[in-house]
Formats: sequence, structure tokens, C-alpha cells
Amino acid sequence: MAAVVRLLNRGILSSAMGQHYLALSTVAKVKATGLKAGHALPEKVKIVEVGPRDGLQNEKSIVPTEAKIHLIDMLSESGLQVIEATSFVSPKWVPQMADQVEVMKGIQRKPGVTYPVLTPNLKGFQAAVKAGASEVAIFGAASELFSKKNINCSVDESLQRFDEVMRAAKEAAVPVRGYVSCVAGCPYEGKVAPEKVAHVAKRLYAMGCYEISLGDTIGVGTPGSMVDMLEAVTREVPVSALAVHCHDTYGQALANILVALQMGISVVDSSVAGLGGCPYAQGASGNVATEDVVYMLHGLGIQTGVDLTKLMDAGAFICRTLSRKSSSKVAQATCKL
Amino acid sequence: MGNFPTAVKHCLSYEQLIKDYPWLRRWLQEEKTKYPEFVKIVEVGPRDGLQNEKEVVPTKVKIQLIDMLSGTGLSVIEATSFVSSKWVPQMSDHSDVLRGIQRAPHVQYPVLTPNMQGFQDAVAAGATEVAVFGSASETFSRKNINCSIDDSMLKFEEVIKAAKEQQIPVRGYVSCALGCPYEGRIEPAKVAEVASKLYGIGCYEISLADTIGVGTPGSMLQMLQRVTQEVPISALAVHCHDTYGQALANILTALQVGVSVVDSAVAGLGGCPYAEGSSGNVSTEDVVYMLHGMGIETGVNLDKVMEAGDFICSALNRKTNSKVSLARNRKL
Repeated sequence: MAAVVRLLNRGILSSAMGQHYLALSTVAKVKATGLKAGHALPEKVKIVEVGPRDGLQNEKSIVPTEAKIHLIDMLSESGLQVIEATSFVSPKWVPQMADQVEVMKGIQRKPGVTYPVLTPNLKGFQAAVKAGASEVAIFGAASELFSKKNINCSVDESLQRFDEVMRAAKEAAVPVRGYVSCVAGCPYEGKVAPEKVAHVAKRLYAMGCYEISLGDTIGVGTPGSMVDMLEAVTREVPVSALAVHCHDTYGQALANILVALQMGISVVDSSVAGLGGCPYAQGASGNVATEDVVYMLHGLGIQTGVDLTKLMDAGAFICRTLSRKSSSKVAQATCKL
Repeated sequence: MGNFPTAVKHCLSYEQLIKDYPWLRRWLQEEKTKYPEFVKIVEVGPRDGLQNEKEVVPTKVKIQLIDMLSGTGLSVIEATSFVSSKWVPQMSDHSDVLRGIQRAPHVQYPVLTPNMQGFQDAVAAGATEVAVFGSASETFSRKNINCSIDDSMLKFEEVIKAAKEQQIPVRGYVSCALGCPYEGRIEPAKVAEVASKLYGIGCYEISLADTIGVGTPGSMLQMLQRVTQEVPISALAVHCHDTYGQALANILTALQVGVSVVDSAVAGLGGCPYAEGSSGNVSTEDVVYMLHGMGIETGVNLDKVMEAGDFICSALNRKTNSKVSLARNRKL
């Protein structure tokens, strides 16, 4: 006991001494330092496949409706639980999504799989429901300038516009997912304050979105900025209601997803074959490839329910259709041996 | 000691402890991951990178690449390999390269020396640091350097002995640390055994290489946990290949465990000889971007590395493998 008091009085607790001291306490719960890498990861991760919407929306070639339907059907067979099918945005803004109704009506819905669609306004929502949509998504930006340039109004105004979509969705018992873009940086504003991201995420959650997907729209985030942003957001929104939507434009996506998992996130958006370039960096990549994410998660012993081979088949199909190489490194790596 | 029961209660109270030492709560609860403050980047582009490029690069281009890299803040640039030219034609100009480069002060220019012959040639050409290459896979060792792991260690011991006499530091590589193209899974214990052998015979640093890029944060963590039981973490480096896109996540995991030396190649030079058309080395630019974004210092100027990357890609007539470089839209 005297020895312990002497330790305290010395005022300097080295790591070894600290550990020794705390061994005496029954109250302290000490985790071993240094192995943050072994930090508890989720056992299961839900992958939200955005290839058919976010992916194709950012591809230059217009994909025929049957190819879109076939892609979604192949993805449905791969074990994915959520496949974002299309977007009910005006065809004059996004010609790629002009066949939204045919796609919704044409796909074979697998039981247990949801097919959310983007609905930028009430008109889009109504058309979506009419076409058979049973889940929708709305989006807000964490950057004022991005909001102005993209949809010509402030962030708060854009969220107000979604009020009517939320009301209609509630009446129709249609769940709504919320997206926040520019969470790690904006092509116009540059750095985006974590508090701003938290503000928008909180608003969307309070409005009734069951899940908020935090999008690193231009892929500039790193494990550093990702953690700062997630710390701010998780103070306002429960981590179980959060997802990350990382772009791989700067190659940081998997590292960012890893730290997000370490912070308790268990929903990850990705795009088969890494479909969808970056409209803000000519020739650069956009969405992270689902194959690469699944490879990492399975390597970590995390369950996804996804069959990687079937997923790669879907990726190979859409790349053939688009006459382009897959952006997935896993898909590219065909070992000869 | 005063009032004994109170003193005991005082000593055993966690709450009191935190009151007295408020910084302790943060330390105990590890609120934020502790990363190294500084990471040393070992640039392997001119050797590992070019060695795996199909086009043979003229000597003066190699020299210019290394000179450009010398001006970026990198402190270690692997310059060439003193391997027989009939095995690796790309490295046949090894002596000319080593003699031709302008050595920047505070920069090391290690060279690969697979055996005594190579070592002697390297020293004759002015090498002041060398590297030897072991494998954690018996089959890979036999197929790559035509001898067993144990026999290769004997060769390295010879080199290290000679190097010690000349005060030349030796770095050791362990290939197939996370998987082998022939054997598949590699036991972490085997990696630890080879790493520890290399460290024991005198290598100052051991670079653990995921030769075919199959590793994930899961296998990286397992392997490092085992290796660090035998080799001090300050003597370890990771050499991740990005063939399956896992490199940065694997490097992040290594940093979280405490590794602070990372190998990478400018522009992600060097494909994977075991996966046709795939990428190999992780790009220095992408690694530096991540590290700087995490507040970790490297001493490296990213723009200057990108310039060196542009130069060598132009010379090789190929696109960069670095996503950071692509995103910044560098014109070739």
C-alpha cells in the first residue's frame, strides 16, 4: 500500500506503473493500448449497392433499359440486400435515368431485397410510388455553395422542399433514406466543417429519414478527416442510423471505410465495378467498387451475405455493356496461378 | 501514512485516480487512435517499380527519376538492384545508375544485393546501404531465387558479414508475408520466423511484403501481431501491393499497430507479375496524401512527387497508377 501511495505521490505514472496501479482497481476497465486495429468491428455490414443509380448516372454511355434491368437482376442474385434501382429525376437533367418507370416495372424483385429510388421532389415521389417503389431517398448537401450550384437553393431551403416528400412518404408508409453530400470536402468551398455535416444529418434524421448516408462526394476525405466528421455526426445521430458513401477519387475509400467501421458504422454504400466517374475530376474514378469492399470485409471476417463471384459476374456484364474496364481492382486481378 | 482505511480507499478508487490525473481518462479509454507522428517512406519506384515494368528504361531516365525523387523530401530511395542482368535486364545498368545519380545529403540509396557477387559489385559502384530478400514461402523462394529459405539465409549471412565489416547497413525483405501465388495462405508464424531470422543475422529493418496484394486488414493485423512477438516494431516496415485495392487499408492497419515505415512506389510503378494487367506497388502519392490527411508527417512534398511521377510515366508512355495524381489531372 505504501508503495502505491509513493507511486501516486511521484506524480509520474509511466505506462508500466499505470498498468500496475490499475490492476488494483476493480472499477477500472482497461483496454490494452496499441491495438486499436483489433478494435471491435461490426459482425455484419449491410452493403447498399448504388451502381444502377449513382454508378450509371455518372457514366457517359446511355445504357439500354434491358441492360439496366438485367444488371439489377444479376445483383439481386448476388446476396445484396439493398440495390438502388433508379432515380425519379427529370429526364432532361439526367437522361440516363429517363427509363425510370420501365426499370422499376421490369426488374424481378427478390424477396428480402429492397430497391430504393431517388426522389428529388414530390412529383418524383408520386411517379416513383406509381411505378411501384417501396423505398425512396432524398439528399442534402453539407456545403452551401454546392447546394446553390447543384439545385439552385440554400441547404435549409432544399431540406424544406423535402418536407412535402417526407409527409407523403409517411402517409404511404414508405421509408426514406437521406443522403448528405460533400461531407469531407466540396469542389467549390473546399473544406467542409464537421459541424455543418452534423447539422444536415441531424435535420434529415429529425425529418424522418431512417438512415443517413454520409457521402464523400469528391473523394478527398482521409482517415483523419473521416474520423473528425464522424465524431461530430455521431454526437447528433445514432451510429446505427448512419452509413458511409465513400468515393475513391483519391484512392482513400477503403481506408476511410475501415475507420468508419472502427467507429461503429455498419452500412456501406458502394458500386459494382466502381461504376460512375467523378464529374469534378475529369478521368478520375468515383464510387468505390463493391467487389473491393466485399473483399476487405470478408478478409476481416465480417459477414455481408454477398457472393463475390456472382457480384463479379454482374460487374463483368455491365462493363461489357459499357465497353469499359472495371474499376474494381479485385475484378482486375486474375491470378494466373 | 495517516488514516489507513481512507488511504486504501483513496488508492483503490478509480474515480479518485481520474480526479488526480485527468489526462489518464483519455489514455485509458483510448478516445483517439494513436498513430506515429512521423512515418518514413521508403521509395522503391526506381527498383521494385521499374523492375516490374515491361519497357526497358534508358539509364539517363532512371538517373533523372532518382534525382527528381531526391528533391522531394524522401529520405530513402531504392536505387537499383545488383542482380544478374540475365535475370533482370531492366537492372543491368546498376553500376551506371548508382554512379550517375546526384546523392542528396540525408538521403539513403539502398540497392538490392542477392548474393556476395552482387554485394561486391554494389560496393565497388559506391553503395552505402544494401538489401536482401527472403521469403516466407518455401515454394516462392525456390521458384524465385532457386534455393530454399534456409539456404538463402546462409547466402544473406555472408553478405551481412561482409557488410558489417564495411559498416554498411542491411535491410531485409520478407516476401509473401500475407499470401503466396503458389502456396496460398502463409502462416503468420512462418513470417515471424523468417523476419526474426533476418533481424537476428543483422538486418536493421525488416520490410514485410504483401507480394501479391491479397492481404486485408484482417490478415495484416494477424501477421503483425505474430511478428511483433519476435521483432521490435520499430524495426518493421510494410510493403503493400495494391493488386486487390487493399493497400491503403492495410497500411492504415499497420500504422494502428505502431509500424512507422512504409514502402511505396512513385506513380504506383510496377505491375504484378502474378496477375496479368493488375497493379502492383501502392503509389507513393496516395500514401502521402493519406498520411498528411491524418496529420502524420513524412517530410515529403506531394507536388514534387507527382512531378517525378509525371516524368516517369511520360518516359514509359503509360498512365499513372496513382489516384491522387489522376484526380489532380496532371497532364502527361
